[in-house]
Formats: sequence, C-alpha cells, structure tokens
Amino acid sequence: MSWTAILALAAMSYSFKLAGLTVLDHVRVPPSFTLATALIPPALLSALVVVQTFGDGTSLVIDARAAGLVVGCLAVWRRAPFLVVVVLAAGTTALIRAVA
Amino acid sequence: MTDPDAPLQFRRRDGLVVAAAVGVFGVAFGVLAVATGLSAPQAQVMSLLVFTGGSQFAAVGVIDAGGTPLAAVGSAALLAARNGMYGLSLNSILPGGFRRRAVAAQFVIDESAAMASAQKDRTEAQRAFWTTGLGVFVFWNLGTLLGAVGGNAIGDPETFGLDAAFPAGFVALMAPHLRQRPGLVAALVGGLIALVTIPLVPAGVPILLATFAVIPAYVVATRPR
Repeated sequence: MSWTAILALAAMSYSFKLAGLTVLDHVRVPPSFTLATALIPPALLSALVVVQTFGDGTSLVIDARAAGLVVGCLAVWRRAPFLVVVVLAAGTTALIRAVA
Repeated sequence: MTDPDAPLQFRRRDGLVVAAAVGVFGVAFGVLAVATGLSAPQAQVMSLLVFTGGSQFAAVGVIDAGGTPLAAVGSAALLAARNGMYGLSLNSILPGGFRRRAVAAQFVIDESAAMASAQKDRTEAQRAFWTTGLGVFVFWNLGTLLGAVGGNAIGDPETFGLDAAFPAGFVALMAPHLRQRPGLVAALVGGLIALVTIPLVPAGVPILLATFAVIPAYVVATRPR
C-alpha cells in the first residue's frame, strides 16, 4: 500500500468525522433536530452489535459470539457493572471456542 | 450490583477497559498490516491518522486479497462514514469553537460516541468522550506499534473472546437508551435493519442504513399521550 493511499485514507476518515461535528455550526437547529440526533447512537450501535455478533462478511452466522452476547445481555439486564458485562461475554465466547 | 435507579455514572475505569480491549486488536492490526506488505511506519501512520479500526482492517484486508488501493479506500470509506453520524449526535454535547472541535473530531469513533451517549448530563458525556477517545487512541497506537514491530506477542484476540466483548459492551452502553421507549425503538429497528441488510450490501452500509431507525423512534418520542 502506497503512502498516497494511506494519506487519502486518513483525509477521507477525518473529513467524515469533522463534517459530522461541524456541519451545523452556522445553522440554527430546532430542538426537534437535537432530539432526533440524540437517537442516532442507539440506532447505529444496535446495528453495530448485530454486525459484530452475527456478521461474517456479507453472511449471517450464529457462533460462539452469539452466546457471549446473550450472557452479556443478561448481565446488563441484571445491571452488572460494565467491566463484569464485558468479561462475562468474552469469557463465555472464549470458553465455547476452547471446548469446541 | 449497582443501585437500579441510579443513572449510569461514567467511570474512568470503564473507558480504560474499552481502550485496553481495543489495544489487543491494535496488536492484531499491526501484525496483519506488516504481513500484507505495509512497513511498520506505514501501519503506525495509519493508526495515528486514520484512527478507525474497522476501516483500517478493511483497507488492509482488501490489499491482502489482491484489491487495488482505490478499492481499499472505498471499502474503508463505507466503514468510516458512520463516524459522521456520531458527530451529528455529539454536536449538542461537545462545546467550543471550530478549532476545538477540529481536534475532537479525530476522536469520534464507535467507542467514544457510545460512552458519551450513555451519560446522564453534558459534563459527564464530555468526560466520557475524551477519556474513551484518548484512551482508545493511545492503546490502539501502542498495540499497532507492538504488532508491527514485535509481531504477534499476545495471540489471536478471538482466543480470549474479545470480539464478543465489544458487542456486549455496546449493549451495556446502550442500556440507558433501552430503558426509554424512543431509545428502545431506535435500537430494535436499527438492529433489524442491520440483520436484513447484512447479506445485501457491502460491509459498513448496514450501520449507515440503521440511521433510518431514528424516524420511528422520533415519532414515538413526540407522539402526544
């Protein structure tokens, strides 16, 4: 990979980030817009969770990651601390991979 | 167990847990980048300047599979675009003029946006954003250095189930949203959109399409009771 490609990648990545943060700088946004943008994180993060758990390229699979997610969700439901949630999910998936 | 009625309070430790987990993937990225033919300085500059794990893995993966640099940048762009959406949601949280936000922009990633959106007020959200963003930046880059120069010292992150740690962690960070109806609708519809579109569109696009889940969630939020 050439330096040109790497720098193009960097410029592209940064411009997305900057655009999101500054595109509305000189626009008076109504409160309804702020309400709507506050709902972006749960929408996108939920999609990210699905991709990270069930995605394998462009196919859907159920593997050891799904078990980790289920255990993690139970821990969230039981209001376990963040660290506990993450460790339980990783541990479950690692355990299944080790025995499988 | 924490007090069920207390809102999720940002703990610096949580940001560092995320950062450390990302660091292990940084090692994996460094190893893969060098194996693909990048020099160690190239891998490092990528982690410093591109700083979007998914995009970096995608770009290197395309090159590894024999794709052109243009195809690599294209695939990476589809994965990087969602950071723009996170930026929109962080607008009301991050104060300051253009210069300050031009600096903050580099640290807008899944982890920092998720951690900030889980907080109950602006001050906590800012702390969460900066701690997580900077923490992930440091560990991702240290990991890249270790992997690119030292090779695979830690092993495959998947052996430790770390790939499952991220989705579970994101669910934990979504919890405050999931306990309110508009946030729950956004998450359910967003997840469904991803599930349906993963087989149909290139990587990264399902997450962008999930933005449309904001519409039903907004309707639920503004519906008169």
